Formats: sequence, structure tokens, C-alpha cells
Amino acid sequence: MAFARLAEAFAEHSIRVSAVALDREHAIELSGELLVASGRATPQYVSEMVEVLETHGPYFVIAPGIALAHSKPSDAVLSTGLSLITLAEPIEFQNLANDPVRLVIGLCAVDHDSHIELLAELSALLSDEPTVNSLLNAVDTEHIRALF
Amino acid sequence: MKIIAVCGMGIGTSVLLKMNAEKVLAQLGIEATVEATDMKTARESRDAQVILTTPDLAQLLTGLPSEVITIDHFFDLEELTKKLSASLL
Repeated sequence: MAFARLAEAFAEHSIRVSAVALDREHAIELSGELLVASGRATPQYVSEMVEVLETHGPYFVIAPGIALAHSKPSDAVLSTGLSLITLAEPIEFQNLANDPVRLVIGLCAVDHDSHIELLAELSALLSDEPTVNSLLNAVDTEHIRALF
Repeated sequence: MKIIAVCGMGIGTSVLLKMNAEKVLAQLGIEATVEATDMKTARESRDAQVILTTPDLAQLLTGLPSEVITIDHFFDLEELTKKLSASLL
């Protein structure tokens, strides 16, 4: 397996393909709900993820079409993990450079530095354009897991 | 030289930016330490020569002694190389 840490960070129920989001807040909530469903965070964390958007704007749309939704380490984080949704219809996050968003990665971390190597794997995955295209076109979660 | 990579929370976006900035700095032969921080720490920082961040957050990081460089596409090493070398070489 090329990305062992990624495979572990995406717990069962942490990936969803072709999700229907109404707007950017909803897209963030959907990614956060998967962190809750997969046992990584409490529902409080989902509210915090949306608050980040309200406080700091859509800065976390880090590359064309890709958002990295997250809050910060707190009691709402149960264990470090990731979630992933592909969107059935692209959503405008009002990020001038990288809109519209088609892929939302949810991240929760228990502290500031123990997930660095995990993010290095995520960076390697998302900086490879063919891989991103495969993620976006995946028809089920198994196709996505096959990329880790 | 000290460079800080800044995001709202200091755990996600800024860490990705730090990792790719370190790659580019090594290729350019520039010796620098890169720290990932949150907005609060960045606003209190006075010793960083350069702040790397996103266009959205740059608007909230004015009045600091550091030069602010904004990055649109975090995985595009060419963009990072172009902007860092324009500023530091």
C-alpha cells in the first residue's frame, strides 16, 4: 500500500461519493458528519468546522476544486482522522483562485504535530492530477480506497 | 531566516504549505526555517521575514513587519518557487 497512513486515517464510513450539498456550509457539514460517523469527532466539531468558515473565510480551499475543511484540536476530537466527499454538483466557496469545489477533505487532529506525516501523504496524493481525477470520478468508496 | 506558514487553525492548511515551502527552499538553496502557525500567533509574530498564506487570510494580516506572500494553489511547486524566488533571491 502506497499510503499506509491515509488508509488508516480514513476509517469505515469516512468516505462518500457524489454527495449532494446545497451550499458551502452544507458541504463542510457533510464532511464533518463523516468524521462523526467514523468515530473521529463529536458533533461539536462539525459546528466548529463551519465556524472556521465564518471567522476566517474560505481560505482552506487549497487547490483547484479541493477544500480541506477542519477546525483545531479540542475535546471534540476523539482521534486524528480524515473524511472525504466528492460532490455531485460543484459548489462555490467564494474562493477566487480555486472555485468551484468538487472534493472536500475533512480533517480532525488531536494535537498540532502528530499528524504531519499523514498530511505529507495527503499532499502527495492530492498533488498528483491523475489521482485527483480518479478520486473525482470514483463511482463508489472502494474505488477511492484503491488509490491509497 | 524565519518564514511562517499561516492558516486559521495551524493544523491543516499551514502544515501543507510548510511542507511544500521547505521542498522549494531546499531546491533554491535558501536556508530558512519554516514554522506552521495559526492566525493568532502570526499576528503576534515580529521576527519572521516572510509570511506565507492564502489570499483570504492575507487581508487579515496587515501591519506586520514581515513580507506577506500569498499562495493560491498549495500543491503547485512552480507557483511557490516563482513567488519565493522573486522575494528571496
